[in-house]
Amino acid sequence: MSDTSAAFVRTEPVPPSPPPSSAMGPVKWAKDNLFSTPFYIFLTFFATYVIYLILSNTLPWMLKGVWTTSSLAECREVLDGVSGGCFSILTERWNQLLFGFKYPADQYWRPALTFLFFFAAAAPVLFFKMPRKFLMFTGIFPFVAYYLIWGGSIWTPILVLVGLVFGYWVYRLLVSKSFAAGFFGGIVTAIIIWAVGDSLISDKANVGVFLQAVPSRDLGGFMLNMMLGVVCVSLSVPLGIALALGRQSNMPLIKWICVVFIEFIRGVPLITLLFVASVMLAYFFPPGTTTDLFLRVVIMITVFSGAYIAEVIRGGLAALPSGQYEAADSLGLDYAQAMRLIILPQALKISIPGIVNVAVGLFKDTTLVSVISMFDLIGMIRGPILAATEWNGVYWELLGFAAILFFVVCYGISQYSQWLERQLATDHQ
Amino acid sequence: MSTLTDPPKGSFRLSTLVNDTRYRSYTFQFIALIVLVGVIAYLMSNLFSNLAAAGLNISYQFLGSPAGYDINQTLIEYNSQSTNRRAALVGILNTLLVAFLACITATILGVIAGILRLSNNWLVAKLMAFYVEIFRNIPVLIWIIIIFTIMIAVLPGPKAFRGDMPSASMVLDAVAFTNRGVYIPAPIWGAGSLIVVAVFIFSIIGCFAYRRYATNLLYDKGRLLPMGWPSAVILIIPVILTFFFMGKPIGLDYPALKGFNFSGGVKVGGPLIALWFALSIYTGAFIAENVRAGIQAISKGQSEAAGALGLRQGRIMKLVIMPQALRVIIPPLISQYLNITKNSSLAIAVGYADVTATLGGITLNQTGRAIECVLLLMLFYLTISLSISAIMNVYNNSVKLKER
Repeated sequence: MSDTSAAFVRTEPVPPSPPPSSAMGPVKWAKDNLFSTPFYIFLTFFATYVIYLILSNTLPWMLKGVWTTSSLAECREVLDGVSGGCFSILTERWNQLLFGFKYPADQYWRPALTFLFFFAAAAPVLFFKMPRKFLMFTGIFPFVAYYLIWGGSIWTPILVLVGLVFGYWVYRLLVSKSFAAGFFGGIVTAIIIWAVGDSLISDKANVGVFLQAVPSRDLGGFMLNMMLGVVCVSLSVPLGIALALGRQSNMPLIKWICVVFIEFIRGVPLITLLFVASVMLAYFFPPGTTTDLFLRVVIMITVFSGAYIAEVIRGGLAALPSGQYEAADSLGLDYAQAMRLIILPQALKISIPGIVNVAVGLFKDTTLVSVISMFDLIGMIRGPILAATEWNGVYWELLGFAAILFFVVCYGISQYSQWLERQLATDHQ
Repeated sequence: MSTLTDPPKGSFRLSTLVNDTRYRSYTFQFIALIVLVGVIAYLMSNLFSNLAAAGLNISYQFLGSPAGYDINQTLIEYNSQSTNRRAALVGILNTLLVAFLACITATILGVIAGILRLSNNWLVAKLMAFYVEIFRNIPVLIWIIIIFTIMIAVLPGPKAFRGDMPSASMVLDAVAFTNRGVYIPAPIWGAGSLIVVAVFIFSIIGCFAYRRYATNLLYDKGRLLPMGWPSAVILIIPVILTFFFMGKPIGLDYPALKGFNFSGGVKVGGPLIALWFALSIYTGAFIAENVRAGIQAISKGQSEAAGALGLRQGRIMKLVIMPQALRVIIPPLISQYLNITKNSSLAIAVGYADVTATLGGITLNQTGRAIECVLLLMLFYLTISLSISAIMNVYNNSVKLKER
């Protein structure tokens, strides 16, 4: 058609013209997302007003805050009638807020170091792409942490560690014959080693004391919340797995024990269990022994969150298709092998968000120990700090600090759990 | 694990008990039973020898003796000479009161926040996300203390309401927010008020009867009766007519400033308000997440299909989305109610006289009956929890998807 005599033929297509300015960019976005209907316009303005109210009240107060005075009266002098926070209490009582008011001041480096080590120990558990060798440190961490925080004779944690190492060694030797033989053989070995070691080191309180001993009742502040949270979560996961498996068991007696236990614990508030720990549990220990409050509280909180985790894991077990159980059976695996190799890895993966939820809830609930007069962060604020005459009346700075501290930790954990969920998602990719 | 094996050929050996799958579970259960009995016996023997050493015994006699302490907020008559049993009952009623109030407000807050979080309005959705994250990630104890501090440190004292130029004034001349509590008008039940209440109850029944009749008519004959305004008419008109006909029997007693304090009206104590409000906004954040999850669980195809059938937007929500979403929302909602009831035990931190503070706090400390008090306390909470979960099970079974 090259010989047509048209006056003009366009040789290339017209370039698309950009959409009108009202249908693109920020204008369109605002129109769609903020001002689409009269009701939305109202909502947008209302929300803007709320945000303005919040910011106009808090921002000046925070920005004009005073950080360097030594009492509330001085704060008021410096502020001279202007609205502003008296944050000097945080700088002055920083150590008390973190470590409690009884922990020896020259030993603060110990919990601080433990806190650093904690990240190193938690990293290989949280990020499973890290080399598995780092788990060695995680294994040793509880003993290091125990010694750093409580101090005293170094032989106590070493003895426990040696007993566990030998128990594990015996377990590895015997487990090829039968799981039960390895399991009980390991336990018996550990107990023998502990008994022997205990009798060898006679004067435990004075042998090998490299760090000053700190009794549990001297622990406090945010450190106490962190310790309770970490210890109880790590202990309650195994307890929860055991309870969940027990509840799924087809042995009626074992199932019945687990059901009663779980329902009982879940039916009562944590405070009553803490009352049990503070006023009742001592009656159930052998006469003449004294167990410190920290240990009793750890027992009760662990039992409490163990019951909740058991329900979460039960959900995970129930969500597995029964074909998985049947497949494990048809491969000839026994109960322990089937659970360890087939069922639990899948069930735990499903349960991770739930377990993390329980962990966050547990960490928040550690504040309740202030009710039974332990001086955790809240106990410190409500007790010694607000009672001090020079700081009487500084509420918002302290409570806000506590709120932010908890928010950072809990929000961090829940973000981690969402990340982990995405990492573990093996389906629908 | 019901594997069948051949019957043993040889005679009985001890290892048969563990290795033969027919006997194994009995062996394990027998061992578990022995361990259980042993542990309980050990704990009990410790308990009784400890009690004997301390010269104590287990007895519930203290419940009948005078409590000897005052409670500032009571729903039933109570004074310091009442028995410990009565004090515990006051506590139980206070627990139920704050739990009930908090459940209602938390549901309202949670549903609004949950729906708004899904809104297409970016600003509102973000604001609600902020609300949910802030309140979910900070311990409820801190919220209770913060709100209680607002009550006592920010609100004006009754003194501020006095004088010619008061620095504080009552809202609508009826409600006074003071640092001693909130004073609200109290209803006065005059003669004939019973009839008004009865009429109101009958109109509620009548309203439901009309709605059921209209629904049945729609399903049977296909005739559509209006629902909205007739219900409102049935609900309101008879009550108002009786109210004026009987000569306004129900009045309001407004709080008024007398001397240094308010008198008249009902005083709602600061601790109750703090606990109520804190539990509501804290649990509301959790309920918002449940509502959001429930609505998102319904696939978009459902609302599109309903739209293709010609249903209006409101009907789509009411007839298609909500019935399905509620099945997802209600079970976690009820467990949130359970959490509210259990968290109300934190009342002890702000001095609200719930059952934990009366029975588990003052009574326990005064009588020294730790074991009995804590056991009774657990029994109370256990009863509440188990009855709520029983209700939940009935509900779950009734809305369960009927599969083949």
